[in-house]
Amino acid sequence: MKVLVGVKRVVDFNTRIQVKSDGSGVQTDGVKFSMNPFDEIAVEEAIRLKEAGLATEVIAVSIGGDKNQDTLRSALAMGADSALLVKTDDEIQPLMAAKILKNLVEQQQPKLVLLGKQAIDDDANQTPQMLAGLLGWPQATFASKLEIDGDTAAVTREVDAGLETLSVDLPAVVSSDLRLNEPRYIKLPDIMKAKRKPLEVIDLADLNIAASASIATLKTSAPPQRQAGIKVESSEALVAELKARNLV
Amino acid sequence: MEANNNHQNISQATTDEIERDEMAFDYLIVGAGPAGLATAIRLKQKNADLTVCVIEKASQPGMHSLAGAVIETAALDELFSDWRQTPPDVWVPVTKDEFSLLSASSKTPLPLPPQQRNHDNVITSLGALVAWLVEKAEALGVEVYAGFPAQQALLDEGRVVGVRTGDMGLDKQGSPKDSFQPGMDLKAKVTVLAEGCRGSVSKQLIKHFSLDKNSQPQTYGIGIKELWQLPPGRVTPGLVQHSIGWPLDTATYGGSFLYHLENDQVAVGFVVGLDYQDPRFSPFEAFQQFKHHPTVKPVLEGGEIVSSGARALVEGGWQSLPTMDAPGVMLIGDAAGTLNVPKIKGVHTALWSGIYAADHLVEQADSAGWDQAFRQSPVAKELYQVRNIRPGFQYGLWRGLLNAAWQTLTRGLVPGVMKHHEDHSALKRLSEMTQRDRQWVERDLPPRDRLASVYFAATEHDEDQPVHLQIADPDICTSRCAQEYGNPCTKFCPANVYEMIETEQGRQLQINAANCVHCKTCDIKDPYQIINWVPPEGGSGPNYRNL
Ligand SMILES: Cc1cc2nc3c(=O)[nH]c(=O)nc-3n(C[C@H](O)[C@H](O)[C@H](O)COP(=O)(O)OP(=O)(O)OC[C@H]3O[C@@H](n4cnc5c(N)ncnc54)[C@H](O)[C@@H]3O)c2cc1C
Ligand code: SF4
Repeated sequence: MKVLVGVKRVVDFNTRIQVKSDGSGVQTDGVKFSMNPFDEIAVEEAIRLKEAGLATEVIAVSIGGDKNQDTLRSALAMGADSALLVKTDDEIQPLMAAKILKNLVEQQQPKLVLLGKQAIDDDANQTPQMLAGLLGWPQATFASKLEIDGDTAAVTREVDAGLETLSVDLPAVVSSDLRLNEPRYIKLPDIMKAKRKPLEVIDLADLNIAASASIATLKTSAPPQRQAGIKVESSEALVAELKARNLV
Repeated sequence: MEANNNHQNISQATTDEIERDEMAFDYLIVGAGPAGLATAIRLKQKNADLTVCVIEKASQPGMHSLAGAVIETAALDELFSDWRQTPPDVWVPVTKDEFSLLSASSKTPLPLPPQQRNHDNVITSLGALVAWLVEKAEALGVEVYAGFPAQQALLDEGRVVGVRTGDMGLDKQGSPKDSFQPGMDLKAKVTVLAEGCRGSVSKQLIKHFSLDKNSQPQTYGIGIKELWQLPPGRVTPGLVQHSIGWPLDTATYGGSFLYHLENDQVAVGFVVGLDYQDPRFSPFEAFQQFKHHPTVKPVLEGGEIVSSGARALVEGGWQSLPTMDAPGVMLIGDAAGTLNVPKIKGVHTALWSGIYAADHLVEQADSAGWDQAFRQSPVAKELYQVRNIRPGFQYGLWRGLLNAAWQTLTRGLVPGVMKHHEDHSALKRLSEMTQRDRQWVERDLPPRDRLASVYFAATEHDEDQPVHLQIADPDICTSRCAQEYGNPCTKFCPANVYEMIETEQGRQLQINAANCVHCKTCDIKDPYQIINWVPPEGGSGPNYRNL
C-alpha cells in the first residue's frame, strides 16, 4: 500500500505573530518556519504504518517555494521514502491545494492519503475534505486512531459525545487530529540519510491546473489589546464594579 | 569524565548503559556561531575532501544568537570574494557614531573613544549573519545539524575524541518516555569548541585540563536586547548611539546601545558588567529604566517589540584567555574569550579565530600548537593592546575612563597586565550594602515585566524534561543565600527563572526552567557557584528573530 502525505511549511507554532503595518499579512522575515504540526502527525502515522508492514511506500508532498524543500527533508528524515515539491511562489488556497493534490494522487496512485486536519497558519480545515470530494473517495477527518485491515480503515474520531469509529473503504483520505500519535524525534544519522533520498521538484505550471483563487484577503489585523484588569477588595466591591459595567 | 563527572547531566546517570549510535568526522565543531562557522567554511575551502560537522543546540541556526550588532567585516572578505552583492538580510552600513553620558534627566555628548569609531562597520543581526553563514557552509558541504547540543566531552586515555549529544525524550525525573531517543557519540580527530560565552562543554574541559591555571579568571557582562518596530520616520538608518552613566551608579560598569536599522526598526540594548556589587541590583530593570530616559523614551513610545533576549558576554580579554588547546580539542571565539571589550565587538575576533583555527588544522591536522598559533595572530595583538582598559573600571567609572584614555594614548605599550577577580566574588552581602534609592521611575513602555519579556524571546522547553539548571545544594538557597545575599538569582536572571515561593515546607526555590533564554548569567554570578547550566533537550530555548 502506497501512502501519500501532505506537508505544509508554516510559521512555527511558537512564534509571536506580528501583523505587517499595512495590514497585508503577517511578518515573515527572520521568523522560524517548520512543518505544520498536524502534518507532522500525519507523517508519523504513515511511517508507523510502514514499520507495521501495512504500507509499502511513503511519499511526502508539499506545495510552495524552494524553502519547502527543508520541510520535505524533515519528512524524509522522519522516515518517508521520497518527496515531491510542487513549486510555486503564489498563495495557495485550500481548493487549489486540493486540486494539486488530486493531480498528484492520479500520478502516484496511493491507497491512502494522510493530511493534517488543518494548517496552523490559516486554520482553514478544508483541504482534506475538498480533496476527498474531488477524488470521489471516502473521507475520515480528525482521526485520533487509525487501523488498517485489508481494504478498509477503521478511524476513531473524538466527537462531542465521546468517541466515534468510522469504517471507510480504501482508497480514502484521512486527516489527523492532535492525539493520533506523538511524532518521533529525528535522529541525526537519519537527517544525513534524508539528504540522499529522492526529492523531485515539479513546477506548478507544468501540472496545467487552472488557477483558482476563490477567497480574497481584505485585511489582516492583530487582536485588540486586552485592557489591564483591576483588583477589588471584597465581593461587594466586585458586584458594584460589575454593575457599573452593566455586566450583571 | 564520562561516568564519574560531577557536571554530568542526570540523564546520563540513568541511560549510561544504553547502546548509542556513533558517527565519525574529520573535524567536529560545537556551536554554529561566527567562530564555529568560520572554521567549518575555511576547512572545506582549503580541503573539500574533509568531513566537517557542526552541531548547534538551537532549533535552527541563529535562533539562539544575540549581539548588538555592529561588526567589522574584514574577516568576511578573507572568507569570501564576492559576498558584498548578497549580504545577510540585515545589513546597514554605519553612517554616524554618538557617545554620551547620561544623567537621570540629561544627555551630554562625550568625545568618541577611538575603539568606538565605526566608520566602515556595518549594523547587522547576529541571527541573520549566522543564517547567511550556514547557507554558505552547507553549499561547501559542511554538515550543519541544529537541535543537537553537545552534552559532554568523550575522553579516551586523556584525549578528547568527540562529544555525546543530549538525550531526547526524558521526563522530569530523568526516566525515558515513549519518545526516548538516546544521544549519540560524535567522534572526530579534533573537536573544536565554539560554544560562545561560558560554553557548558568548554567549562567542563577547562576544569578537567586546568586550562585556566595560568590565566586571570574570566569575567563577564550581561547584555539584554530588544528589537523594536517604530512608527515611520523616527530612525536614522546607520546611526550608532552608545551611552554610559545613568541608570547605573559609578561603581557599576556598563552602558547602552541604540542602533538604527532600516524599515523603521531599532535595536536597543544594555550591557552590565557582572562584577557589580549590589545583590539587590537587577540588570533587567536597569535596561528598562534606560528605555525611559527622557531622550530615549520618545524614540520607542508607540512602537512594538519584535523580539527580545539576553546573553552573557566575555569581558576578561587577553589576560583571561585560557590555554586554547588540549589533546584532541581546541577552544575558539568566545568559548575561549576573544571578544574585544573596549570595542564591545566579538564577532570579528570570533570569525578570525575560526579562520586561524582552520588554517592550523589544515597545516597540523592536530590540536597541539593551536594556543601558540593564536597568540601570534593579529587578533591576539589587538586584544593585547587593549588588555588594561576594562580592568580599570573596577575602580569606578571616572578612574576607569581616565585609565582608558591613558591606555589608548599609550596604545597599551606600558608593560604589565592588570588583574581580574571572579565576578561572583564581587557581590557584597546585604549587610555590607545599604539599600540604595536608585530613583527609578514608573515604567509604562513594554514589556511590563520579565515574564512579558520572555514572551518576545519565544522561548520554549518541554516542561516534562530534567531541569537543566542544576543546583548542587538547594539548602544553601533557603538558608545562607537568603540571609547573606537575599537570593540574587531572583534578580539577575533576565527571564525570571528563579523564584522564592512560600510552600507548606517553608520558603523554597522554584525553578521555572521553561523560561530560560540560555544567557548563562546564573552559572556565572551565583555567589556560591552552585548553579550549573547544562543544555536542555535539543532545540529547546529561545527563538530569536533577528537579534
Ligand atoms: C548584548 C550583546 C551585544 C553585542 N554586541 C556586539 C557588537 O555590536 N559587535 C560585535 O562584534 N560583537 C558583539 N557582541 C559579542 C558577540 O556576540 C560575540 O563575541 C560573538 O557572537 C562570539 O561568537 P562565537 O561564535 O564565539 O559564539 P556565539 O555567537 O555565542 O555562538 C555560539 C553558538 O554555540 C551554540 N552552543 C553553545 N553551547 C552549545 C552546545 N553545548 N552544543 C551545541 N551548541 C552550543 C550556541 O547556541 C550558539 O549558537 C555582543 C554580545 C552581546 C551579548
Ligand atoms: S536561568 Fe540562567 S541561563 Fe537561563 S535565563 Fe536565567 S540567568 Fe540566563
